[in-house]
Order: sequence, then structure tokens, then C-alpha cells
Amino acid sequence: MSVDSTAEQNRQTMEADIVCVGFGPAAGGFLTELTRELAQDGGATLQSSVMPGMPLQVICYERADDVGFGVSGVVSRARAIRTSFPELNPADVPMAAEVSHEEVLYLLDPGKASRRSALVRFADTALRLLGPVLPLKDHAFKLPYIPPFLRKEPGLTFSLGQFTQWAAGQVMGSGMAQIWPGMPVAAPLFEGERVCGVRLLDQGTDLSGAPGDGYMPGMDIRAALTVVADGPVGAVGQALNRKFGLPPGNEQFEWAVGAKMVVELAPGSGLKPGTVLHTFGYPEPEIFGFLYVHPDNLASLGIFVPSTFGSPARTSYRYLQQWMKHPALAGYLAGAELRSWGAKSLLESGRRGEPYLAGDGYARIGEGSGSTNMLTGSGVDEAWATGVQLAQAVCELVRAGKPFTKANLEAAYVKRRRESWVEQEGRIAEKARDGFASGFSAGMLGMALAGFSKGRLGWPVKLKPPHERLQSLEQFYAGRISSVEIERIRRESRERGEPLHDALMDRVGFEPIALDGKLFVSLQDALLVGGKVQAAHGYANHVVFTHPEVCSDCGDKLCIEVCSGQAIYPGVNGVPAFDREKCVHCGACLWNCSRPGPDKTRLGNIDFRSGSGGLHSSQN
Amino acid sequence: MSKGYHIVVCGGIVPDPLQRLEPVSTPSGPALRNEMMLPAVLDPWAASALYEAAALAKKMPESKVWLVAAGPKAKLQQVMMVTGQKVPFELVAIDAPAGGFTESFAVAGLLAAAIKSIPGLDYSRLLVFGGWESASRGAGSTLQAVGELLEISAQFQGVDELAVAEDGSFTVLERVEGGRHQVSKCSAAPAVLGWATGNLAEPPNNPQVGMANMRAIMPALQKAKAEKLSAEGLSFQHVALPAEQRETRIVKDTPVDVIANEIVDWLRGAN
Repeated sequence: MSVDSTAEQNRQTMEADIVCVGFGPAAGGFLTELTRELAQDGGATLQSSVMPGMPLQVICYERADDVGFGVSGVVSRARAIRTSFPELNPADVPMAAEVSHEEVLYLLDPGKASRRSALVRFADTALRLLGPVLPLKDHAFKLPYIPPFLRKEPGLTFSLGQFTQWAAGQVMGSGMAQIWPGMPVAAPLFEGERVCGVRLLDQGTDLSGAPGDGYMPGMDIRAALTVVADGPVGAVGQALNRKFGLPPGNEQFEWAVGAKMVVELAPGSGLKPGTVLHTFGYPEPEIFGFLYVHPDNLASLGIFVPSTFGSPARTSYRYLQQWMKHPALAGYLAGAELRSWGAKSLLESGRRGEPYLAGDGYARIGEGSGSTNMLTGSGVDEAWATGVQLAQAVCELVRAGKPFTKANLEAAYVKRRRESWVEQEGRIAEKARDGFASGFSAGMLGMALAGFSKGRLGWPVKLKPPHERLQSLEQFYAGRISSVEIERIRRESRERGEPLHDALMDRVGFEPIALDGKLFVSLQDALLVGGKVQAAHGYANHVVFTHPEVCSDCGDKLCIEVCSGQAIYPGVNGVPAFDREKCVHCGACLWNCSRPGPDKTRLGNIDFRSGSGGLHSSQN
Repeated sequence: MSKGYHIVVCGGIVPDPLQRLEPVSTPSGPALRNEMMLPAVLDPWAASALYEAAALAKKMPESKVWLVAAGPKAKLQQVMMVTGQKVPFELVAIDAPAGGFTESFAVAGLLAAAIKSIPGLDYSRLLVFGGWESASRGAGSTLQAVGELLEISAQFQGVDELAVAEDGSFTVLERVEGGRHQVSKCSAAPAVLGWATGNLAEPPNNPQVGMANMRAIMPALQKAKAEKLSAEGLSFQHVALPAEQRETRIVKDTPVDVIANEIVDWLRGAN
């Protein structure tokens, strides 16, 4: 941040007791629990130190232009959510339904285009031969048994956007906390090792962050406790990771980008509300997919492209379309119409990616704190639970008159978390996905080992950061496309200004996507139809290529290929350019850089900073 | 002029214009599909009026701004989380249906009644602001009806500029055909001004403004009375969205002149 001294003098300061960064499920749990306590307490024991005589002053800042923008369909056992809302009636929350039917499908490759090992091909052949006696239909094998660690019944399907809006309404309605959307937090404020609040993002700047007309320095919000709930790619969480590092043995190497849609199913789709389909095996074996059915013929669907997937031309949107074309899904989706679209990065390291959960003046909750469980495929309920745990700890400390020191927060919050099901199940899941580093078959075996042995067994492998796992295109397509042809396709794609991954996928046999203007639309049309990107004027670019010379020498340009909104595109002298009017803030560029971060504090050469705007989508 | 104005801004809420809207038929008449699930914003026309009101109040000491807004309470609360950060105002909330299928005179009745109930409102200093149209209803009649119900005869529509003189009189620029303005002079309040876009940019979000506003916004929402809108005599013959026209082409390195000429040709063809 570069501001002159006059601007620095004009920077305003405000005081609160607690400032919360980000409003997602973790902050939802935190503020729901805390505001209930504050309302019951009536200021008797939970008094503000900045406004004596008043209840704790609690403010939450959310980057997006409203709460619940640009997030995702969810299936969850909803244990923590139901504990917070014992009388919860799904009908009260738009798009929510009880889980009524659950299937896990292994998708075979109907067109022999996907990259399958000899072992997988052998298994596929065996399944096809045994098809008449197995539950094999439409090139999909329905698992006859869903392991208990994967099963979501009894649970809920819902839209995270609608649920967080509903939860935010309850919190605001209590009058005990304020949630301010459209207000990105730039960074934490430090006093030595103590976090003493946050700095909001400067407004009225040019794209480089230099003050322009109407410059308004981001306000400093000083608070005794900063609650960091800004997800896995949030600026405050990243800054804390850079300052304090991760606990010994922990690492954040496992990621995925989820590409999702909400669609309106055609009448007679055959899918009842509460139906949950999990898939794996196609369009590439390690790409997992989901379809959750909501009331009123709406469904959420999507895929996850993991960081273990070695392709340097990995893309999510084309793979999502290819997945929707699979015969096992195409029947359900016939006549369906796209209603919204979005993308998001997931930190799949889970418990092993856990940062320091608390320090002097701060505590971390939610996905960015390593709460996501990749064995059960669940993160929302876990995030909510960690928020509730922190709220209980906060009340305990305030009532005891104890300050928010690292020791006190560890005794009150971290201890609660360690004793909870979030921790116990997180430990079981800790190594569940390791096998995918050795390939799809090892990955599935590793999950089964971890799941059935309750975490005692796992696939032995040493994990590497994403950029070390990347293969070259020549390696990835070895035996399928010659290096000479790859070079030709690369050149032609560049000349036509078309995505390389589309050309490569067409070449290996994936059926080209015929656009119908309803469900299958171009990515740019999805950006217009399925929610729209808003980038308010007067904010700096939030994607920055930290060392341009590194980009100039990079031949992969994975950031361009992976960008969910095509917001990163070829620029001058080989340095990619960034168009924030297309950025959906998925954060995939943060971990999809094929070059190591020169200063070792970042995953790659891209800085994903605090930014304004993003996707406006209420049904994602 | 010793005392400032009492500026009441009438501002409804509409679905976020970035969303795709689709009319559907319901037993109670036409509605937008999933309207309650769509994020809402302050009607952009009314938002312009609110920013103009705040700017005027800032220039005129002892002025005060109220925002009278009708909409479902939960949606109003959601919109105030954003609008409340922009400029200082006091909210008068009406818990009532919002959207494009309410009858404008009925809405005007609610707004006028709410304005009359504002404690301490000085009619001799009253300026009623609002959008001259609405993003959800293009009739442009609501604000005029509010003025009639408040018995204010000085009314201006399509306002782009308001200049106040030392003696309290003011000059109003109203849009007329041909990109021109009609200039009117008014000796004093009360008056009704239906704003077009005005000249002000959207103010940045200001946390301090938000904190100050929220002290009054939440109580206003809590005491908002649920009101019904009469649909008597109202029937819809046909409901449709304007036809969407989009041709997506990807072209690179096209000179600006070529793009401009193409747009001009298209406009000529469209006419």
C-alpha cells in the first residue's frame, strides 16, 4: 500500500470491541451465537470496553457487494447448523430441502477421451463386461453402498447464498451486530506480534492503488479481537500466514477450484427435491462432481478440479460442460436452463492446512482455518461450528474479564475446537486425500483406507506444493498428442486468441460443446447470464503479478488457462494482464502459478489481494 | 436563508439490475420469478435523488434528510446494509410489497401517509425528492401522486440540477426533448422534485456514515408497520420483459473508429 503522508494523516480510525472479516458460514455461526448471547445478556455481563454501558460493539465487513453473492450449492449433515436452529424448517430458507435420496456414481468414459491409467481402464472394462449383473446404466456405475463417512442423510441441501442471506438477516435483525457488505478489508493491523484490528481498503485510487480523485484512505478499525473468517484466499488470512507461518508440519498444498451452476430443471426431470448425486471418474478420473436438487425444480451442480491434477492447461468451465454431457447426467439435465454460475477455490488441505488458530488479538474460523473435511466432503457445517465455538469462547473470556490474548484464546476457543467433532473428524480426514498425489487409483484407495480405519491408515506420500506437481503439456498428453502437434495447437490457439485447453480437449476426443443458449453457453455468456460481475470504480486491481520478469520467462501461463472468468489474459512482454471486470474472485490464480513464489511467502508469483466487487449471484 | 431544508426522499427497492428477471403469473397476479430470492438494491433513480439530497443538506446547514422506503422488511434491511454506508439519512420504513406490479397510486398513498407522520416535519421547508421513474415501474406517476396527496403544487420531473439562491429560492433544470433542459425558478419550498440521474457519482461506502445511520435504521425497521397495497381496479392485460438482444462476437485489435462507425450504423438501422 503506497500512500503519501498527507493521506496517512487523513486516515480515519474507529474503535469496536470485535471486528469480523468476511461473512460466510463461519462468521454466520459466530455472529448468530454471539448476538443471541448479547441479546439475552442485555449488556449485563458482556459489556463494551469502547462504549461503556453498552453491549459489545461487533462489526463485520464483507468484501462482496452483498452477503451471499457468488457462493455455492451445499449438501450437509447440518449438525452444527441444526444445533443453532433446533426448530429449523427447511421451508423457511429459500432453496433448502431435507436430503431424500443419495447416490454415488462412478462415471465411465463414454468416448474414450479421458486420461485413464491402465488400472482404471481395466476396471472400466470389467465393469462394462459385468454390466448386465451390476447397477450399470448410462455409462455410470452406481455404488451399491455409500460409506458412512460420505453419507449425508439425514441432512440438508441448500444454497449457501440463500442460507447466508437468511442468517445475516437474523443477525442484523437482532440489532446486536452490524454486517457491512461492499467493504473489503485490506490487511490486519499489527502492533508487534499482536493484531489490533484491520485496515479497510483504500477507495478512490487508480488500478495501481495510487490515490486519485475522491481518494478516501481505508479506515482503521481498531478492536480488541479480530475474527478472521475471510476464507482460504482472503487477504487478512494470507497476511497472517505470511507473518506467523503455519504450525510445524502443516502445509496448504491441497486446493481445488469448484465450478458450479444453479439450473432450473425441466418439468419431469425425474429428480425429487433433496436428491443428492456424487460423481467421480469423468471427465477426468480425479474430477469429482455433484448435483443437489432443491425445491421448485432448481438444482445446484458442479465439479472440482483439484491441484493434484497435473495438467498445465486445466480448466474448470469446459470440464463442467463436459461433465454435464455425460449420459448419466444428460438425461436429468435435458431441457434445463442455466440460472446462475460461479466458481470458488477450496482449501482441500483441511486439518493439515490449519494455521495458528489464535494469537494475541485474533482468532481464525472457517475454511481458512483448516476446518474443511475432505474425507466427508463437508465444509459449511464445520465452518459454522468453529464460529459457534469462538463465540462461546468470547463470551466466556469477556465474562471472566480476561483479555483476548493468545493464551486465553487457546484455552477458551482452541480447546473447545480440539474437543469437538470438527477436530476429531478432521484428524481422521487429515491424510485421506494424499493418495491422489500418486494418481487416481491410489487416491481412491487412500480415501477408503483413511475412512474405514478412522484415519489410522493412509496412502504414504510426501506432498508437494501445486507448482511442483505440474506436468508439461508434453508429459500430460504423452502417448496421445505428439510434442510437435502440441506446439502447433499452442501456436494456432494463440493466433486465434482461443483457449488452449479447448483445442487440446477437442483433439483428444472430447465432444465439442454445442451451445444451445440455455444450459450450454459460452463462458462469457455465463458471466452475463448466470450472475454478473461488478467491479466498482476507484479500487486497485486485486490480482497482481508480483515479479513480472518471472511471468515473462513462463511458457505455461497456467493462470490464464485456469482463470474461471477469463479475467487473466495474455499481456505485454509475456506478462499476463488482468481485467477485474471479469474476475469472480474465485482465487484460483493464487495457487495455479507454475512458478514458485520468489520470496517463499506465496504459493506462486501472483498476489491475490483484497478487492471490491465480484460476481452478483443470489442463487449460487 | 437561515434554516435548511427538510428533504424527504421517496425510494423503493428493486431487484439487483444485474440479475435476470422473469415475470410469472401467480394467484395474486403477476410477479417476478423468485423475487424474494433476488438481491435487492435501492431503486437507481431514487438513489440519485438520495445522493442529491445528501449533497444539498451538506451545503445547507440545519437541513435534514429522511428516506421513506417501502418494501418487504427483510429486503429493506438487506438494502440498508449497503445504502446506509453511502450518505447520512434517517429511515422511515414501510413494510409493504415492492416490485413492478404494485399500483402507483396505492404506493403513493403509503408514502404520503408516512411523510405526514414524520414528527417535526416543517412543510415550509419541505422538499420531496424521488426518482422521476422507477427501475421496476416506468409510469413515472408515483411521485406526482405523492405531491398531490401532500397538496404540493410545485412539481418538477426529470430533474438534473437544483441550484439554491441566497434568498431560499431555487432554480431547477428539467430534462426536455432534444437533450435540452427547461429552466424553472421556484420562490420557496415546499416542492416535489423527481430526479433523473443528477450529476453526482455514487458516494463511496463510508464505515462512519454506516455506523451513524444504523443507530436509527434498525429501530425504524423494527417499528415498521406492515401495510397492504390495494389492488382494487387493477388488472394486467399482458406482462413481458423487453426483448433481449445480444450478439456476442470476439474481435481483436479493432480501431476505435471502426467500432464507433459500426455502432452508428447499427443505431441508424435500428431506427
